[in-house]
Amino acid sequence: MSTLARRPQLLRWLFVAPALLYMAAFFGYPLLRNVLMSFQHYTPTTYFTGEAPFNGLANWRAVFADPLFTEALWHTALFTAGSLLGQFTIGLALAVFFSRRFRLSGVVRAVLLLPWLVPMVVSAVVWRRILDQEHGVLNTALQALGLSDGGVPWLSSPSVALLSAVLVNIWIGIPFNMVILYGGLQEIPRELHEAAALDGASPWRAFRSVTLPMLRPVITVVLVLGFMSTVKILDLILALTAGGPADATQTLGTVTYQLSFLRLDFGQGAVVGNALVLISAVFAVLYLRANRADFGQGK
Amino acid sequence: MHSRAARPVLAAITAGATAALGLTGCAAAPDPGTVTVLNSATDTAEHTKNQRFFDRCARPLGLRVEQISVPADQVSSKALRMASSHSLTDILELDGSELPQFARTGGLRRLSDLGVDASGFSRSAVSLGSYRGARYGVARAANSLALYYDRDLLAKADVTPPRTWDELRAAAKRLTGGGTYGLAFSASPDADGVYQFLPFFWSAGGDESRLDDGAGEAALELWKELVADRSVSKAVVNWNQQDVNDQFVAGRAAMMVNGPWQVPVLAAQKKVDWAVAKIPVPEAGGRAVSPIGGTVMTVPKSDDPGRERNAAKILDCLNTPKNQLDWGQATNNVPTRTAAARSYAERNPELAPFAELVSTARSRTARVGTRWPAVGDALSGAFQSVLTGRSSPGQALQRAQQQATAGK
Repeated sequence: MSTLARRPQLLRWLFVAPALLYMAAFFGYPLLRNVLMSFQHYTPTTYFTGEAPFNGLANWRAVFADPLFTEALWHTALFTAGSLLGQFTIGLALAVFFSRRFRLSGVVRAVLLLPWLVPMVVSAVVWRRILDQEHGVLNTALQALGLSDGGVPWLSSPSVALLSAVLVNIWIGIPFNMVILYGGLQEIPRELHEAAALDGASPWRAFRSVTLPMLRPVITVVLVLGFMSTVKILDLILALTAGGPADATQTLGTVTYQLSFLRLDFGQGAVVGNALVLISAVFAVLYLRANRADFGQGK
Repeated sequence: MHSRAARPVLAAITAGATAALGLTGCAAAPDPGTVTVLNSATDTAEHTKNQRFFDRCARPLGLRVEQISVPADQVSSKALRMASSHSLTDILELDGSELPQFARTGGLRRLSDLGVDASGFSRSAVSLGSYRGARYGVARAANSLALYYDRDLLAKADVTPPRTWDELRAAAKRLTGGGTYGLAFSASPDADGVYQFLPFFWSAGGDESRLDDGAGEAALELWKELVADRSVSKAVVNWNQQDVNDQFVAGRAAMMVNGPWQVPVLAAQKKVDWAVAKIPVPEAGGRAVSPIGGTVMTVPKSDDPGRERNAAKILDCLNTPKNQLDWGQATNNVPTRTAAARSYAERNPELAPFAELVSTARSRTARVGTRWPAVGDALSGAFQSVLTGRSSPGQALQRAQQQATAGK
């Protein structure tokens, strides 16, 4: 009797087991190790001897005491907010534009996807040349158009470099936003727009009162996914400015890279990594709650 | 019933495979006749060149050499991963500036324990491979920095290669004009920029273990003035050493600070007629102190003394005067045995400044050892903040000293 009673339960667990095991091995374990590591004196010696003595809060204190961490946190916030704002606004505008059918719209839409297909390091290297203060294409073009005297220090001034990095990242992120939002727009029943038009709603009013509310779940997805890939940015910055000039483009990503892979202080690197995980986790929870609310409404 | 039994089995297999994947990594049973090497020769030509020298040494010993090459900035992390799975190669070729961090782990064999020949090497080469007085790595050849100049542009402006900082400033000013800057150097916020700053910092009397003792300020002052004079582009804060060479080859800089590894590119072009001079010193008669750079070959500790002995034999063979000279010729780096360096200078008179520099150059890690990465970061922060007008040389070096010693 008891085995029979337990059988369905056991069966249920067996179905869940592969997924659980996978999650535990490839997400849980590394995450746990990273948290542990941040409390350990984890150096090259550890790899040879296997010993990583616990050192309490020493890593955390060292990282938080470094003014660079606060600077990097601030830069990360600015970079993420700026990138998302730009990517989303332009992506949405393009999605709305392309949701009206016209000749060649498919071709143009496909071309706009290109930045997304190019590896980020390649984009960054190309942009590094475009933005060169002396002989970059952008400055030469601006000069030819009479818009500047040709010497905009895109990457060589600490007050401009972060903005340049944001602009490049916006360029990279537009296609992703456009594609997802375009998909969302296709899902909105045409009748709603027709009804709004019959009621005398202006296009702007229809966009605000029909399109935006209907698009909300998709917008949440785009913003949260965008946030998570932007907040941990590393490759773009490394190839574009290497964190310079004068640390103006140091982000949490570059700081953790420097600590772990250049100074080989894996404990301190893990502290910054954990901070990143924590920030992402907060937004992931917000996303889940928002989603649940949306689905609740749908039902 | 069968299906019920199958599921736990499947789960067990999944678990087992996952665990096995995590535990074994890619350790393979080493073949006793093969000596493995981890290096950064990912470039095909470089890889082949390396293999030729390895084969030359291994064949008479009845051995084979197998290279595992990863990009230069990944060698140390790859080596650490291999160390944790006990699959480290028999020879580990590291950048000289990374050696102390590995020597400190106790995972490298002292070369004297293996009887590797240490005679006849220049003092700077020995220092490049040493940690706390013990020799762990041997450099076949090394590099340093010098001043390349465009002969035609200098002749046109009636300028002779500058020998002092005052002459450098004056020359750079005269050579600037018409889309060409007088001088180019790398001031990027990474190892390239730091390497280029060192000859100025050290020649001024700067001390990497006491960045704020005042002596190094003159070097920051010089860089700042060169940019303020507009003799050097403001974009140098973004340029790595490759970019600097590109500028020079494109005729956009009349002089540049760079290393001998640029010679193949320079030799392959016809546009610029170039020559090499020593890096100017603060005052006439002063001594130029340049950094020594390059890779060192180390022997990680192994459970099998036979493997260590084989590795040591290969190292000795690669470093015979003849092989060093051939290798130096093949890679445009300077042999580290003083006698071989002398022959190298005779054979390559145009690169003589490098040959002379390499035997007197200073190792970045000689004074600060494992702290070098932090010190290097702090130094790059200093010149970047001065060149972008964020702080004065004095303030910048004080902040750098705090950064370099934070948490110590």
